[in-house]
Amino acid sequence: MRKGVQASAGLSPREIALGLSRSRREFLRGAAGAALGSALMTASPFLHGETARKKRKIIVVTFGGGARDQETFAPEGQDNIPHMLQELVPQSSFFTHVTNQGILGHYVATASLTTGVYETLNNFSAIPPEHPTVFEYFRKDLKRPASDAWVVAPSNGFNRIGESECRSYGPGLGARVILPKHLLGAATPGASTDFAHLLRDNYENPLYTPELGGGEFELQQLETILRLSVDDFMAHARAVSSPDELSVYIAKRLMQQEAPSLLWITMHDIDIAHSGAYSLYVEAIQRTDRLCAELWKAVESEPEYAGNTTLFILPDFGRDADYDAGGNGFQHHRTGDAASRTTWMMALGAGVRQGVLFDQPMQSIDLVPSLGAMMGFSPTQSQGRPIRELL
Amino acid sequence: MLPRDLQPEQFAGYPAEARKLTVAHLGALRQLPVSFVPSLLREVIDYDFKFPAERSAIDKELAILSSLSQEQITERFRGFAQLTISAKLEQFDWINEPAQFVEQQSAYLWTTHQLDAFRRAATEYGTRLQAEAPPDPMPVRRLGIAVIGQGVTSYDVPLFRNLRAHGTYFGQVKPENGLELLLGAVAERAKAHPVPYGHWYVDGGSAADCSPALTCVSYNALEPVRAALLKNIDAEIARPGMGPEQLRTHLARLTPPDLGMKSEGNAVLDRFQMKLFTEGSGTQIFSTTFAQWTAREVLRRAQALTLLVRFAPRQRQRPMNELLTNVHSNAGVDATGSLIDGDMAAYYQWINQQRLPGADQSSFLVWFEGHSQALVIAPTLPRGTESSSAIDLGKLLSLAAG
Repeated sequence: MRKGVQASAGLSPREIALGLSRSRREFLRGAAGAALGSALMTASPFLHGETARKKRKIIVVTFGGGARDQETFAPEGQDNIPHMLQELVPQSSFFTHVTNQGILGHYVATASLTTGVYETLNNFSAIPPEHPTVFEYFRKDLKRPASDAWVVAPSNGFNRIGESECRSYGPGLGARVILPKHLLGAATPGASTDFAHLLRDNYENPLYTPELGGGEFELQQLETILRLSVDDFMAHARAVSSPDELSVYIAKRLMQQEAPSLLWITMHDIDIAHSGAYSLYVEAIQRTDRLCAELWKAVESEPEYAGNTTLFILPDFGRDADYDAGGNGFQHHRTGDAASRTTWMMALGAGVRQGVLFDQPMQSIDLVPSLGAMMGFSPTQSQGRPIRELL
Repeated sequence: MLPRDLQPEQFAGYPAEARKLTVAHLGALRQLPVSFVPSLLREVIDYDFKFPAERSAIDKELAILSSLSQEQITERFRGFAQLTISAKLEQFDWINEPAQFVEQQSAYLWTTHQLDAFRRAATEYGTRLQAEAPPDPMPVRRLGIAVIGQGVTSYDVPLFRNLRAHGTYFGQVKPENGLELLLGAVAERAKAHPVPYGHWYVDGGSAADCSPALTCVSYNALEPVRAALLKNIDAEIARPGMGPEQLRTHLARLTPPDLGMKSEGNAVLDRFQMKLFTEGSGTQIFSTTFAQWTAREVLRRAQALTLLVRFAPRQRQRPMNELLTNVHSNAGVDATGSLIDGDMAAYYQWINQQRLPGADQSSFLVWFEGHSQALVIAPTLPRGTESSSAIDLGKLLSLAAG
């Protein structure tokens, strides 16, 4: 490493990760007035009674397409996330140091988030996770119907994320999956070449994406479940600028019509970074920031959700650092460096301490056991640990 | 197949110079772990098509490896030797398809959670090699130039934010004839210090007239290659059984004539240009990405002494609603977005330049084309400061070059 590019010289990956976490903390303490959580570890605000659990709803939003600190929570990135910073962080418990020790591909990483195990499946194949998903634990343990767990995910590769291939769980016990892009494709046969590209684009491998297999959400179910005609759906699709906007629209529609207790939404616009156009990456961050706030407003305004919903927002992982010679900065997440493995998580809503920062390192696979502890199911095969600060 | 079993005849499929080199160093290759050798062969197999700087680096690396005793090799490659690879990978024809092996090995390392260990071993090896193989003396200090923002009439957001701490910002630059002045100065350097593939001009649009002393690459000149590649990919994707890995393997096997490049062309430059599209991500779609990636590869591979990169407006990313209504058949260009892309790309160009030998003496200039804003990083100029001097691009470049 030579003069001028030695920002991380001499530091171990762990030290770099701690540095990232610390800079998030310092910035958020100043910008959002958040307090340090270690001083506030008293009795949990969560309600543990059975009645409360039955009513509780959880929404998880993941950014499938990690966003780096310098474009988000670092001082130079704050302009890109005004909604999260000013509206959501002040009412959140914010975890500054979340690491992902698994494979840094979006489908496999999101699958790992849902199972609480670092999955090793082929990132570019539409295959189910090996271990039971949070949806299966939730439905089997709590005897919930299929309509109570939903996934809204971006591209074709995610269509098997709802349930695993685990024998004791698996088929029939998972979440139902909606792929808005797939719906669009079904509703627009014979689309233009550019549009067809958008539909099959998964950014990570922009020239290829797997064909669908398995039980995808069929077009006719627009009407039976979402109470939405194809014409109305297309009219709305023509009014939004990106697939994530459509995903949030579908999610809000699901909240109104099905009111699932466990709703998982994977955003993906940010992954346009793989195209190498920095301006598009930043635009996508700004859009995602706005959509997260929009979703929270929907939670607060829906009678089924207001007051009893906990929202989690977390990127599946980060992106490569500018200074890592093995990568090309923001464009990819291929190096496995500290910046690409270290990210953050925000929790807000029912039972969450507001305006608190937690510095203790946690792993992204800790989410599933935490959800289990909050909702009353047992993710027995998960390798993560419940996040003490949330319980 | 393990390295200890390597035989000279197994390299019969290699190009002439690569074969000769490999056979000459076979004794050293046989002692190395299988988790390492294909990575080295991936470079060696293309030796005949490499730039002089790359050839020199390979020569030095092989010479060092051949000079090591068995004990030294064991000690040096302990990190690699501790990695496991699958029997399937061992059976792979990594002699003739080392790049494909490395790709599959990478997937295997991720899956088996060995990537971090590989990364540590590779970093340690590279650092040691760099210390043992001192760079060749440079005839002139390295100079990088980025010209960004073509076609933007006004932009109010501060530019060069990532670079300001490292150099001097000039807000009163005289923009007249700026590009001509820069190209002229670059051509003078190339004439004064003639080095094969030492002086480059990369344009994200159509290249301006420039000296033949410069190696010139432009996005528009390569349009037929880009179009041929996209057509090729479309055809491949439609084949039954084709998947992402197979597609990458297919792309890795393409040769310049496959994409319509004439066989009597410059074999080294043609292959380089083809790889910009087959190995780059997004280079096939956005000209700003093409220019950024080309700059990175010119510095990494050719170790250019002079590199002028001019960014042109890329095609606009059409929003979903527009694609659905199909209102506009022509995407048009996004000049402001391209300025933002170029601003970040200039930062990356400087970072990549600083990875090369002589970084502490090298200079860098970035200019907002047609406007009065520029920034210069040079050993003779203060860092993190601003200058209000009225100055033209020629003089600014003289300041940069010291």
